[in-house]
Amino acid sequence: MDAIFLQILNGLDKGGAYALIALGLTIIFGTLGVVNFAHGALFMLGAFCAVSIKALFSMNKVALDPTQMTAWGTPMEIRTPYIIDWFGDFGATLLDYSVPVSILIAIPVMLLLGVIMERGLIRHFYKRPHADQILVTFGLAIVLQELVKSQFGANPIPQPAPEAAQGMIDFGLAIGFDAGNVVYPAWRLIYFLFSLAIIGIVFAFLQFTTFGMVVRAGMADRETVGLLGIDIDRRFTIVFGMAAVVAGLAGAMYTPILSPDYHMGMDFLVLSFVVVVVGGMGSLGGAVAAGFLLGILQSFASMNEVKNIFPGIDQIIIYLIAVVILLVRPRGLMGRKGVMEG
Amino acid sequence: MSKFEFSRRGVLKSATALTAGLAAPTIFTSSAWAAGYTNEPKGGTVTFGFNVPQSGAYADEGADELRAYQLAVEHINGEGDGGMLGTFSSKALTGNGVNGKKVVFVTGDTQTKSDAARASAKRMIEKDGAIMITGGSSSGVAVAVQGLCQDAGVIFMAGLTHSNDTTGKDKRANGFRHFFNTEMTGAALAPVLKNNYGTDRTAYHLTADYTWGWSQEGSIQKYTEALGWKTASAVRTPLGAGDFSQYITPVLNSGADVLILNHYGRDMVNSLTQAVQFGLRDKMVNGKKFEVVVPLYSRLMAQGAGDAVKGIFGSTNWHWSLQDEASKAFVKSFGQKYGFPPSQAAHTTYCQAILYADAAQRAGTFRPSGVGKALEGFKFDGLGNGPTEYRAEDHQCFKDVLVVKGKENPTSKFDLLEVVEVTPRAQVEYPALLLGGELGPYNDGA
Repeated sequence: MDAIFLQILNGLDKGGAYALIALGLTIIFGTLGVVNFAHGALFMLGAFCAVSIKALFSMNKVALDPTQMTAWGTPMEIRTPYIIDWFGDFGATLLDYSVPVSILIAIPVMLLLGVIMERGLIRHFYKRPHADQILVTFGLAIVLQELVKSQFGANPIPQPAPEAAQGMIDFGLAIGFDAGNVVYPAWRLIYFLFSLAIIGIVFAFLQFTTFGMVVRAGMADRETVGLLGIDIDRRFTIVFGMAAVVAGLAGAMYTPILSPDYHMGMDFLVLSFVVVVVGGMGSLGGAVAAGFLLGILQSFASMNEVKNIFPGIDQIIIYLIAVVILLVRPRGLMGRKGVMEG
Repeated sequence: MSKFEFSRRGVLKSATALTAGLAAPTIFTSSAWAAGYTNEPKGGTVTFGFNVPQSGAYADEGADELRAYQLAVEHINGEGDGGMLGTFSSKALTGNGVNGKKVVFVTGDTQTKSDAARASAKRMIEKDGAIMITGGSSSGVAVAVQGLCQDAGVIFMAGLTHSNDTTGKDKRANGFRHFFNTEMTGAALAPVLKNNYGTDRTAYHLTADYTWGWSQEGSIQKYTEALGWKTASAVRTPLGAGDFSQYITPVLNSGADVLILNHYGRDMVNSLTQAVQFGLRDKMVNGKKFEVVVPLYSRLMAQGAGDAVKGIFGSTNWHWSLQDEASKAFVKSFGQKYGFPPSQAAHTTYCQAILYADAAQRAGTFRPSGVGKALEGFKFDGLGNGPTEYRAEDHQCFKDVLVVKGKENPTSKFDLLEVVEVTPRAQVEYPALLLGGELGPYNDGA
């Protein structure tokens, strides 16, 4: 039983990342009608915002120590981070909390990147076939990941969680298990709660603000909204920026779980598309529900008891579910009529 | 007076006999016998083909291999400080290139994909005239490119490939490996694990689901079970899984007290980091402290895993902190040129380039069979691994194996591993028949 709870927790933190990426994907698809294959790259860029902030905080004052030599005969470098040199303990705390702090930087950076991407490239493809959109956004994703690789290298870069969040939480005690039976890393639980908070904010924004109302109206009938004299294009630009921020925040906070490298966006992209299709193209609720559902199913499929009966099931479960859902409900779990059916 | 009579039949017979008679001496001296071999160098240069991952997950490792190859070419051509040529026991190379020809090189990008690696090797052989191919950071790639080189008639000097298969069931006459393999890792690591963790342990394996992972899992299981350890489970994980948490959580309550991560590269960084995040290293199971083992270590990967490597045992082919004269010379040469110490990938590829050049020089030819014969059974020293032999039966180098541990208090970002034991060659050597396969005949090509 404790193994099942552990796998549910596993699925929830993984599902949190899937849901956040899929949410942005489906917002862009629902509003702009664009199939954005560069969305995984936005997740990766968010992660590299966290890497950049840590690198910035870790910038060192380098002094040469002539009394110690390297193995190749040059004086040893003594490095002290400027931030600690200037701010003492506060600087050390900032360095420790570089990942949470990075989300403050990731918001404007990702918003700007999203707006530039939409205005500079994507808008030229609104009226083009989906195949053209896929090609150009996929190409953009490759360009972005190669740029990151040239700057940061190909190896994963470790991003530790703040020391206070590195421990384990005995989750089992709260639900009646013996101590130590259902323990789970604190940062993963934080990530799950963080993803719920972001999803809540996005839904509240779309549901309870005038801006959100116009966007929802545009999603339902773009032409009529335009006839009412509302500049829907400008709002959709902001929506694209917002989706980029959601993906970026998901990436930045995920770095202590998965050491970021230039390829991480591609790893999540395919899964997130499956999540969107299973949830229903253009359905925000469907994307979130499918994200968590597939995360949990993927975790269960990796249990030894399951793999012993169906070897290799962990590698195909998500695609298997997608096939079954599309056979039984061709529009996905919560798909809207008319989307991708024209 | 004699009289000659000509008949049509007689003229034909005589003409045939005369033609055969005139042609006979040249058949035995012409190119049909002395002939050439694939990409026989005609001018003043000879071209080496460096096939390394320049993109993809192992691009950083590939970049280090390329740096080492460039250094080796400089040293073979008599430039720079000579590096390990000064300590190498064979003195055939004198800094004048190889067989009087200056060494030049071309490069290819394996992308760590077998098909891409074969395509780039083929291009270097057919278009650029490469006399040999060397490099790579994956066993899948090594086996694929080795097969291609065998068919094309050029020598393949493998780069970083650790699977038994490269010089086991998939070995080829034209292929040679300096790097060690999983069998040697198992033999070297087991006694250290016994001394540190005892003989009453239960291991849980997480294994990358491809040729190297299976090979590593098999070898470690064989040697740890011989110690008396039990194996709780051996779970295959997809290559590049990213988040391994769903494979790690079953370990928590499995009854195992050792986790063996048969992962390399990005998978190793992620699975090790996540295993530490899940508190495995702070856990007590069966009254013993839970331990994690990473059988194949790389300093470049250790950098990616950060603090998670501290105190964890593994094995490596070479490490820059070794204090023998050859290692010091190589680290000095590499460090002065690039500003940081070489990785084990850089070391093995540097050695391979030097060993090929030396064998061609000793053989007096670049003909693959000639070079191969010069490498077979070749005993040497002074390349950083102590006394070493290229075994004739399987073209595998036999030398001491290093057991390392993640350093508790590193002094720099390169100083992550410490050598805890140098396992002597005799302890890791095995009969050539053990791993199967057939070398077959050399192929000189063209």
